Amino acid sequence: MYDAILAESVQFAGANGDLLEGYSARPLDATARGGVVVIHHLPGYDRETKEFVRRFAVMGYNAVCPNLYTRLAPGASHDDAAAEARAQGGVPDEQVVGDVAGAAAYLRALSNSNGKIGVIGHCSGGRHTFLISTELPIDAGVVCYGGLIVGEPVPQMKSMVPLVDRATKVQSPLLGLFGNDDKFPTPEQVDVLEKALTEAGKEHEFHRYDGAGHAFFSPDRPSYRVEAAVDGWQRIDGFFAKHLAR
Amino acid sequence: MCTHVTETLPVQGSAKGATGWIRVTDATVYFDHPTHALADHTLNIDLRRPVDGPAARLGIELTAASARSLAESILSVLDAVPAELVEG
Repeated sequence: MYDAILAESVQFAGANGDLLEGYSARPLDATARGGVVVIHHLPGYDRETKEFVRRFAVMGYNAVCPNLYTRLAPGASHDDAAAEARAQGGVPDEQVVGDVAGAAAYLRALSNSNGKIGVIGHCSGGRHTFLISTELPIDAGVVCYGGLIVGEPVPQMKSMVPLVDRATKVQSPLLGLFGNDDKFPTPEQVDVLEKALTEAGKEHEFHRYDGAGHAFFSPDRPSYRVEAAVDGWQRIDGFFAKHLAR
Repeated sequence: MCTHVTETLPVQGSAKGATGWIRVTDATVYFDHPTHALADHTLNIDLRRPVDGPAARLGIELTAASARSLAESILSVLDAVPAELVEG
């Protein structure tokens, strides 16, 4: 089996036609396959997020992560860029939508694309994934412990508004992965989200893990929970295999 | 927990960061995931000089208990010196 992948920094147009930096990993095999947009978390376009991108390529997908902080801090290290974004109150939702649309267009233009697109994000990226599922015609969305989909807005982060009232606009099946010890979102907030999706008749599949809190997928943090992460990756693999038709 | 709880304020002074000494003008204070500290959440402080770009920054990530101890020590030291030295 030919299993070579290529991982590299790329550029493509995002919101308003702005040139964005992205990190791409893709199989070199010419067989048509789906694409995955990985949305980085608030701490930025970091090494661990890039590892997620490479993992999706190994799983057989073309993958890319747009650097949502390209404009704020061009060329800066990911932690300095994240600090800049924090100081400026985050990035506007409409800009994220345009940037992810650009990343999806990049993936669809690849010669081995089958045209299908999945989106995944953790933490603030989970919230962004829900947002994208309401705004763009994607084929699958994976929300990993996305906070502030349900709840009260945080005054200091003006770009982060709750989104649950947009459940009727969801355009793709959603996979939700949550820790029962999480405080943001709490299990009660996950209940509210699940109820809203059910009432709106939207296809979704939620899995919740005991003994896991926020960021249980992060192998470089004390919050890592191997049982939840291993099961979660299996759920992601099955969900994308079903909806992106490798 | 990704709290997003953040405060920003103007400051005057200097800090030594990756690029050397920086005459800082702004601070960001938040409680959220650290970049480097081995804790789920930390009290984070960025002392910054935005006019010189994102890299003009000193970043600090402390556990909640450490941050409280530091804050108390700062106030204790300021209270212990003659008032005329810390006015203005």
